[in-house]
Amino acid sequence: MPDVKFTVDGKQLTAPAGTLLLEACKTAGIEIPAFCYYPGLSLQAACRMCVVRIEKMPKLQTACTTPVAEGMVVTSESPEIAQARKATLQLLLGNHPLDCPVCDAGGECELQDMTFKYGAADSFYAEPKNHREEQKWSPVVYFDRPRCILCYRCVRMCGEGMDVFALGIQNRGSSSVIAPNVPAQMSPDDLAHVDCEQCGMCIDACPVGALTSGTYRYKTRPWEMNHVSTICTHCGDGCKTTLGVRSTSDGSEIVRGDNRDKSGINNDFLCNKGRYAFDFANNEDRITQPLVRQPSGEMKPVSWEVAFDHVGKKFRELRDTRGGKSIGVIGSNRTTNEEAYLLQKFARTVLGTNNIDHHRTADYATFAHSLAGMTDRAASLKDTLTAPAIMILGGDPTIQAPATAWNIRTNVRNNRARLYIANASEIKLRRQAKAFAHIAPFSYGALASFIAGDDSAVDSLTHPGADAASFHNFRNAVRAEEQLLVLIGSDIRGGDLKRLLAFGTTMPNRKFALLSDYVNSRGAADMGLLPDLLPGHTTLAGNTTFAEYNAPSEPGLDMLEIFEAAGRGDLSALYVVGSNPVSRYGVDPSSLKNTFLVVQDMFLTETAALADVILPAANLYEKSGSVTNSYGDLQLVSKAGDRAGVRTDFEMIVRIADKMGANMRELIPFGKGPRGAGTHGDMGQSRGAHSGEADQHAVWLAANNMEPKLSPFDPFAILDEIQRLVPGYNLLRLQLLSGNDQHLQPAVSTANLVQISNRRDLVLPANDTLFTSGTLGRYSTMLSDLQHNESLRPPTGLTQIQTAAD
Amino acid sequence: MSTVANTIFSPETAARFDKLVTIYPLKRSALVPMLLYAQDEIGYISDAVVTEIAQRIDLLELDVHNVLSYYSMLRTKPAGKYNVQVCTNISCMLRGGYEILDHCKHKLGIGHKETTKDGVFSLEEVECIGACCWAPAIQINYDFHDDLTPDKVDVLFQMYRDGQGKDVK
Repeated sequence: MPDVKFTVDGKQLTAPAGTLLLEACKTAGIEIPAFCYYPGLSLQAACRMCVVRIEKMPKLQTACTTPVAEGMVVTSESPEIAQARKATLQLLLGNHPLDCPVCDAGGECELQDMTFKYGAADSFYAEPKNHREEQKWSPVVYFDRPRCILCYRCVRMCGEGMDVFALGIQNRGSSSVIAPNVPAQMSPDDLAHVDCEQCGMCIDACPVGALTSGTYRYKTRPWEMNHVSTICTHCGDGCKTTLGVRSTSDGSEIVRGDNRDKSGINNDFLCNKGRYAFDFANNEDRITQPLVRQPSGEMKPVSWEVAFDHVGKKFRELRDTRGGKSIGVIGSNRTTNEEAYLLQKFARTVLGTNNIDHHRTADYATFAHSLAGMTDRAASLKDTLTAPAIMILGGDPTIQAPATAWNIRTNVRNNRARLYIANASEIKLRRQAKAFAHIAPFSYGALASFIAGDDSAVDSLTHPGADAASFHNFRNAVRAEEQLLVLIGSDIRGGDLKRLLAFGTTMPNRKFALLSDYVNSRGAADMGLLPDLLPGHTTLAGNTTFAEYNAPSEPGLDMLEIFEAAGRGDLSALYVVGSNPVSRYGVDPSSLKNTFLVVQDMFLTETAALADVILPAANLYEKSGSVTNSYGDLQLVSKAGDRAGVRTDFEMIVRIADKMGANMRELIPFGKGPRGAGTHGDMGQSRGAHSGEADQHAVWLAANNMEPKLSPFDPFAILDEIQRLVPGYNLLRLQLLSGNDQHLQPAVSTANLVQISNRRDLVLPANDTLFTSGTLGRYSTMLSDLQHNESLRPPTGLTQIQTAAD
Repeated sequence: MSTVANTIFSPETAARFDKLVTIYPLKRSALVPMLLYAQDEIGYISDAVVTEIAQRIDLLELDVHNVLSYYSMLRTKPAGKYNVQVCTNISCMLRGGYEILDHCKHKLGIGHKETTKDGVFSLEEVECIGACCWAPAIQINYDFHDDLTPDKVDVLFQMYRDGQGKDVK
């Protein structure tokens, strides 16, 4: 669109034609207040706060609905405008309670800010206020009618933004009220409720304290918390969530999760898990002391020193007597990249074994190897917001990756993106789709072949509801797209995924992403928590990148083989970090009776219950480091909460390695390098294969007058090594540290590709829903409450919420 | 033949609704007329009415409730057999509309939007019913009575009690 010139408060401005005056002013740094306006949602012009004077127009105009025009002359602040806004505020305050001192929004309230600015504290209105009792719409959404200023942001957010339409407006005039979709007279308990996805976006959008969150309401005041932006631990989208934390006698308690500054990769969005499901961290059942099994069989609390001594001694003894190959290691989808990297390095260089695996929730090895040697083929989460056309094969982003679904809905709504969906289920996003191909159950392999050009595969896709022609039409429409973003669910993997990508990458302007289930599922695979692949999906054979490891060249045992070995009595020790394989893979507890089992976890999970040593671990909200989301977007994790008596997995791995007598400077490049002593930062001169290369982090720290890493417990020491060695992780340090996301492309060397067809398919999609989150989700009271809440009502078919327990 | 199976409406109304859906550019435009016809037939907008209308024009029940609650002429509880609507807008007010309203309240022993115990009368204070020339006026169901005094109202009520009033639908 061509630019138009206009004047605001005497300043010459330009903006593309069609830009709303309010937005154009915002871009130019001129604030026009508004309650009802919300970027990206439909226009309402209900609140009359954004009124401005436009020359040659008879009355004050609403800046939120007026597009800029050539030669327009605008006044954004004047006594007349201030008086108009003040009058609006007086009307709003005419029925607004004076409970600011206890209101959740107090201090963060747009109505307060505006009243402060325009001074509408005195009022002409002496009428009695129209009080109504507060309503509990769901375990997480509460509604205080008197506080509501009827901006309708929540109604539009729920309908347009979330495609749920759980909120409406009833009655009219000053007795208008926001009404949820389950009216009191139709509810079993005679109270109004919402039947929805419980995302809490209505609470986020509410400019006042009318909608409040069940986890946070009346707990504290906004200014009494510290706010830490970190990454949500739940799904693979890796949204930024801002945790409000408060000191307690035994650490630092998380009291609130929200999307405070909207600066993250998720923009406006945060789902129920990011918003409410931090409460596992405050769970009473957390283990806060190391426990060691006594000869009598009972678990006894011991000091950290005793526990580490015991584990270190046993690991060394078992490695030396029965060999590294008798030890298994299982990593986590929720630990940081640094911890995952350190764990596999510890396994490969200290324990001397490749028997390392994790719960794989998507086939990233195939994805990375299929894209080897190519650039710009892997998509970022941000692409879902801008791509002109998107195809989703398998998966259900609405419940598995809510931010992806939000971006796609926004893209379709605001940019008219074309969405193509092929799925065996009628997933909710099909309501935004231009074309929906409903394939027969269990036919994702055939779908991959068909999309890749194999016409004979269509027979496996058809069923009474969909004939072959419909699939051909679907494929033709997709192929006609000039640019396409392809999102692949975890249903497609191994040879199918390879076939699909091999074909897709022959087409120009195709980008791909593979969706997985947890915050660092991608990172765990990228960091080499795999028996046959080193970090960066580097093959064991013929690898030179990790020559300094001297790792065994034979692939190790995978997840299932580890437990098979245990059952045969061939597994001397198993080291489980932040994972619950016994429950996830249905392992027979008796198979581990002859294995020395060390578990690092927050809770007494099914796996931890069998352990010989339990080390209480910190969760992702209690540590720093980095994580990589499904798309390969790297983000910084910051420490928010704290709990006395737990330690990060990073520290525990380091301490165990130390107790085993490992060369710590080889394991972690801290201090002055492998053989140096002293407290100088390693400037890179003394680092093995890469001697002479500058340590970019240290250089940056030195340049910024900051301390270099002096501690072996500093995860950034490992980040240095990740950056130095792991293909694809050529990250920008400043970008990471300033809290921005950066997209990393897989960069597998084409010299040594794995034979995908020979790899066992060990992908086990977690199938988490909006209200579950693996083992961790079981310890979130709020998620349990929401599951219970869902079970009370039969599914309406309206919002398509599934509550399969995991 | 109705497009909705097991419709709660009479065949005539159902047929009328089938047609209504087809005559607007947007289906949802048929909402308000449908609500009015449904109220005439059923007596009020019951939950079943909401459900069927939502189904007929592809709206959520919540959307129907939103519109329904906006209009004061749509009711969600049964009215009496004779719904007495007393106008108190300016012409009627000047000519004693409030007197009539107070008299009705006293006589029937009920207030605004209430129904007598026997279910014969219900009372509503309404905005202008378009009978300003003959104010004060009331409307009983769809029948007008104008140029009223409290005495005339008494006669009217007795007439309706005796079953001699017109029951215009």
